[in-house]
Amino acid sequence: MPEPLLSIEGLTKTFHVAKSASGNTRLKALDGISLSVGRGETLGLVGESGCGKSTLARTLMMLETPDEGTVSFEGTNPFGLKGKELLAWRRRVQMVFQDPFASLNARMSAGDIIAEPWTTHRSLYPTSRERDERVQELLQMVGLRASDARKSPQEFSGGQRQRIGIARALALKPDVIILDEPVSALDLSVQAQVLNLLNELQKELGVSYIFISHDLTVVRHVADRVAVMYLGRIIETGETEEVFDHPRHPYTAALMSASPKLDVTGAKRDRIVLQGELPSPLDPPSGCRFRTRCWKAQDICAEVAPEPQVLTAPDGRRHLAECHFPLDTIKGLTGAPAATANAL
Amino acid sequence: MKTAADPSTRQNPQGSAGPAGAQAHDVVLQVSDLAVDIRTHRGTVRAVNSVGFEARAGETLALLGESGCGKSMTAKALAGIMDPVCDLADGRIVLNGTDLAALTPKERLKFAGPELGIVFQDALTALNPVYTVGTQLGEAFRIHRGLNAKQARAEAIDLMKRVGIPEPESRVNSYPHQFSGGMRQRILIAMAVALNPRLLIADEPTTALDVTVQAQIMQLLRKLREEGQMAVILITHDLAVVAEEADSVAVMYAGNVVESGPVAEVFADPRHPYTKGLLESVPVHLERGDQLKSIPGSPPELHDIPSGCVYQSRCPMVQDICRAERPALRPAGRRRTPSGTATAAADPEQTTSAGTNDGGATVRPVRTAACHFSEEITNA
Amino acid sequence: MTSSLTDGAASEGQEERQPAGQPPTRNAPDLRDGQPGLFRLLLKDRFAAVAAFVLLLVGLTALVGPALMGDLATKQNLLFANKAPFTMAHGWEYFLGSDSLGRSMLARLVVASRTTLSVALPAVAVALLIGSLWGVWAGYHRGWRENVSMRVADVIMSFPSLLLAVVVLYVFSPSAANIVLILALTRIPIYLRTARAESAELQSRTFVDAARTFGAKPNAIIFRHVIPVVLPTLLTLATLEFCYVMLAESSLSFLGIGIQPPDVSWGLMVSQGRQYLQTAWWLSIFPGVAIVVTTIAANVLAAWLRIATDPAQRWRLALPRKRLIARIPAKEAQP
Repeated sequence: MPEPLLSIEGLTKTFHVAKSASGNTRLKALDGISLSVGRGETLGLVGESGCGKSTLARTLMMLETPDEGTVSFEGTNPFGLKGKELLAWRRRVQMVFQDPFASLNARMSAGDIIAEPWTTHRSLYPTSRERDERVQELLQMVGLRASDARKSPQEFSGGQRQRIGIARALALKPDVIILDEPVSALDLSVQAQVLNLLNELQKELGVSYIFISHDLTVVRHVADRVAVMYLGRIIETGETEEVFDHPRHPYTAALMSASPKLDVTGAKRDRIVLQGELPSPLDPPSGCRFRTRCWKAQDICAEVAPEPQVLTAPDGRRHLAECHFPLDTIKGLTGAPAATANAL
Repeated sequence: MKTAADPSTRQNPQGSAGPAGAQAHDVVLQVSDLAVDIRTHRGTVRAVNSVGFEARAGETLALLGESGCGKSMTAKALAGIMDPVCDLADGRIVLNGTDLAALTPKERLKFAGPELGIVFQDALTALNPVYTVGTQLGEAFRIHRGLNAKQARAEAIDLMKRVGIPEPESRVNSYPHQFSGGMRQRILIAMAVALNPRLLIADEPTTALDVTVQAQIMQLLRKLREEGQMAVILITHDLAVVAEEADSVAVMYAGNVVESGPVAEVFADPRHPYTKGLLESVPVHLERGDQLKSIPGSPPELHDIPSGCVYQSRCPMVQDICRAERPALRPAGRRRTPSGTATAAADPEQTTSAGTNDGGATVRPVRTAACHFSEEITNA
Repeated sequence: MTSSLTDGAASEGQEERQPAGQPPTRNAPDLRDGQPGLFRLLLKDRFAAVAAFVLLLVGLTALVGPALMGDLATKQNLLFANKAPFTMAHGWEYFLGSDSLGRSMLARLVVASRTTLSVALPAVAVALLIGSLWGVWAGYHRGWRENVSMRVADVIMSFPSLLLAVVVLYVFSPSAANIVLILALTRIPIYLRTARAESAELQSRTFVDAARTFGAKPNAIIFRHVIPVVLPTLLTLATLEFCYVMLAESSLSFLGIGIQPPDVSWGLMVSQGRQYLQTAWWLSIFPGVAIVVTTIAANVLAAWLRIATDPAQRWRLALPRKRLIARIPAKEAQP
């Protein structure tokens, strides 16, 4: 793995909410998240709604302040920064939002939307001529026409709007782009166009992506590494092929199994259909969070929360999972406690 | 004309599963030349244009298409719940031998109410927040079977058991917001199957749900379909869901059916460039980071549908004739076998569900495609 | 002509292509640009155009009218007292009748227009400016700023505004400036509440989040993303308030602490004429009509402006009126 560009350790975020049925007012949206992204790498972040993926994205964008934990970008923690340094950091990490309709201000033209970041970061393109030229460049880079700059967002289709959103994220020449479900609002045929675009941009510009999605097919296609989230924790991480082909955590296996496959020739699959639904994050189960839906759960799962451990297969392939009873699809799996959750 | 086939024969789906199985794959619904117009401030546009398909008992027909292709409009036209600005311009909707399109709205309500159930995408807005779930579930029994409140409540509890809602006795008095998304969807399904309809229309039933819950709901729909020998029309944009759940598929584009046939055949050997393009847009069997084959451009708007082939602006094989003449749905595909043999082997789900079907009694749905060059499409 | 099908069908690529089935219309070149001139749009909408004309007329009257009228408005002539309107028999200046002191109604209306506008306009403008900025700020930041602001608004709202006015205007002299300030102060909560509600909703929108991720400062976001969206609503509200303020000013006059004679305002004329309603209806009806016409015109124009400045709605105005429900020949019908 390339040396990490952005890494987070033990990130925790608690929201205070109106009283729930159980009288709990603290919602732990993130509970000790550790992750890292290397330069030019794509990290896929997978999980069901309510697992905390979006809170993680918002925290990384500093739209939320974490309670605990550190974020480190090339060694600096952005939450300690102020003024110019903070602004400089903001430039390096940008985000593309899920909803291409809500994320663009309908009263601005496409050109103004793309140029908007420069009104805060004036030094990047000081003159209006430079800005105009750069807008045209960006439009062409994302596959739109230079003349589209004058149009307003509602003159574009969903896919084209998402391209504008991507162009805006690229405007500050970031090193990391957080893509929060960038294609899930798009039609299939358009989705492929946008995925191709993201892929080309990464090759061309060497940016890192944190790709958040619930669509496993898409994640498998784009991500180098995958992290699976469940109720505010990352329960499994590893190389994409490793995680998809040999899931260790029962939840990962169930998630893979539940997602429909476009395979009309294959034999009927044995599906794991999980019973029950995601427990409320207000009252997460004791011990292992997944035990209420897990078919391998034993007494220990209710008592002791599993620690992350590095699981090594005989062929040397490793990945990290939090489970007392990891699935042993390859015989001879050995586990060792992970020194840090970023051990991989 | 046969009206509301007496419900007594289907009161107990489990009991009649045996004999019903023998007559499986009867055509429950036959739609032909369906056309829907929308009146807009810009004039009338055709949202659905001469759409035809058949739904068979115990089978799932998928209407597949992207947003705005007219698939939901078709479903609403079938159920007779179109928006006031929409008109049924043409076509026949034959449900159990009765043409719904020819009935007055009142007759239609009486006939189609028990015969046709519909499940919507958004379970929260489809349920009334001020009534308990039990009241809403029991409503159908009170209206169509004349049951009193107590009997209806008992039926509602039965229904909740059938769709797998835990502790139905206590939860029957809960309000919709007290249920999770998946449970609400189950309640909607329960409402749709309350009167054991012959036809169930599911309009994007799992789009708003997580994959693990989606799997549960799909499992439930399968179970109910088999219990009641219902015909299911599954409306979706998700190719993988179609591949896993449906027996046959009708691919829609810009208000027209461009290809239809058994799922296994259509997906293995698409005979319309749009179907082919869609299948290739899904990132499977590809090395990571490889270029996906995407379809350029975006679908035409309804008021701007070209007069020739609807797909001409995005088609890689477009010729002059495509611009001049709209291709009709014609039988397509090299393997035009009548039934069983080659196709069934390719689709295990067919074989299991068709097991009771004594060979050749019913003809498998033919493969059709609306393309001038459907025989020239090569599938690697 | 370009537009989407229904609101729901989300206007995709609205103005990208010209549908082939329709003949090009006069404004087609403008529209392809996506930015049809506001003035041309205004001319297209008959109601809005008339409203604009009326407002222009009222404004001009207030500006140059009093000078033209000279001392006609204050000159008393008991021979012509209480003359009925709509007759030229007593000369043009009595066309709209006269009051009990024989003063020309026409001249008084013209002179009063200046006083009225010079009280109502600043009062509305001051309240609008302070109330909306305050409300937008409170709504954007939420938290204690919002709570304190809303309680302040509640206090002002629950305090009888007339009582407040009486107290202040008895303590200070009832000058025009003081009247403006009092009227503005009591109407601030209206804008404050509306602006806060809209801004609180807007601050959670994704495009505002997007701006935050660039590192834009709250004030910059408020001015770039919040105010342009809230402004049309507030302007519409302001035109309604315009009417209220004119009447409020007249009730102050009625209490003797508003505009003082010989100065005259429309509101004052209405209240003075009230006692003669049975004998000389024109004394209060004409200034009343002036108030209503001005307000309605302002309202129509504001409603139009609201649509015209919203890029997502503007196409409605560009629509030729007669074609609203026209049928386009179904292309499918053509072989």
